[in-house]
Amino acid sequence: MRGKDEVELARLMRAALAGDEKAYADVLYRLAALVRGFVRRRTAAGGIDPEDIVQDTLLAIHLKRHTWRPDAPVLPWVYAIARFKLVDAFRRRGRRIEVDIDAVAETAAEPEAETVSERDLARVLESLSPGQRSVVAAISVDGRSIGETATLLGMSETAVRVALHRGLAAIARRFGQEPS
Amino acid sequence: MRTDDLIKALGADAKPAPLPQRGAWRLAIGLAVPVAAAVFFVILGPRPDIAAAMHTARFLFKFVFTLALAGGALAVLYRLSMPGAPARRAAPLLLVAPLLMAAAVALEMAVVPAGDWTTRLVGHNMLVCLASIPIIGAGPLALFVAALRHGAPTRPGLAGAVAGLAAGGLAATFYAAHCTDDSPLFVATWYTLAIAALALAGAVVSRRLARW
Repeated sequence: MRGKDEVELARLMRAALAGDEKAYADVLYRLAALVRGFVRRRTAAGGIDPEDIVQDTLLAIHLKRHTWRPDAPVLPWVYAIARFKLVDAFRRRGRRIEVDIDAVAETAAEPEAETVSERDLARVLESLSPGQRSVVAAISVDGRSIGETATLLGMSETAVRVALHRGLAAIARRFGQEPS
Repeated sequence: MRTDDLIKALGADAKPAPLPQRGAWRLAIGLAVPVAAAVFFVILGPRPDIAAAMHTARFLFKFVFTLALAGGALAVLYRLSMPGAPARRAAPLLLVAPLLMAAAVALEMAVVPAGDWTTRLVGHNMLVCLASIPIIGAGPLALFVAALRHGAPTRPGLAGAVAGLAAGGLAATFYAAHCTDDSPLFVATWYTLAIAALALAGAVVSRRLARW
């Protein structure tokens, strides 16, 4: 099952990197479920909202997707990112933990669903400029496409893409600073 | 905040795909070599007797050492910039240059009388060496740290130190064409110190700049 998963994930990732938005959203949903399983087991002691780490990891996967090598398996790359974000979150809370990388193979396979973090969306959006805020909100909360958002806000599609990209990078930076 | 909402936003940001990390390294290395060469030719230039020096084993060994160091460091650095890449498996490549140097030092001590060791170690150019290698290597180090920033090093400090080794190996390759102290005793001491300074600088800078 793992081998088949991996082949499918790699296929979707390659399509995503070629600009296929549908394949990209698809692979992100699957990875979110796998990362959730990975993080849950390691935050069982409490104190950290696992969904925060899932979201940190997804943002990092997105902003660093060019560090996946198309000839390499997807999951070791994803779990290395999740592990880095998990250790970072614990470090910011002033706690040291050992996240055993070898345990990944046996324990990480179970996808889990439940998808709300304790972070308040309004507060997340607060850190953005007004232009970025309306673009990110239109696309994420309202589920609009790039084209619809451009029409709605009277912007060019390119400007929407730029605002979205910068907004997401700003959110990632913000998540990297706060004690989650 | 709902993770599904976040995914919608990430999915819409699929285009344009960023420059692949491999391409970023090609670019960084492709720029680092001419940058180091330019600084070298402006501040030093090759020694006048370089044609004759090329026929001596000690002179040539300097390049074997510096190129082995730069090559091994770049191979490890490339992997350290990408999560999950097998950096540990490439780590022995970092040992090639020090082992070659240890053998060369042993050989030098075997063929040169003990009374001359100090003279050869001190040489004539240690201050030029200590200053020039970091100056020539600064540009390449900046380029390598920029490539690390583009990537996702899970150990930014370590990656920065290895970036410093790579920049130091590259800078020392140019510097070796200028320096008239060819004894492995000199190279093992002063080149190593100068390259270590770049490694330290790389670690400090990357810990701050290559976080993600």
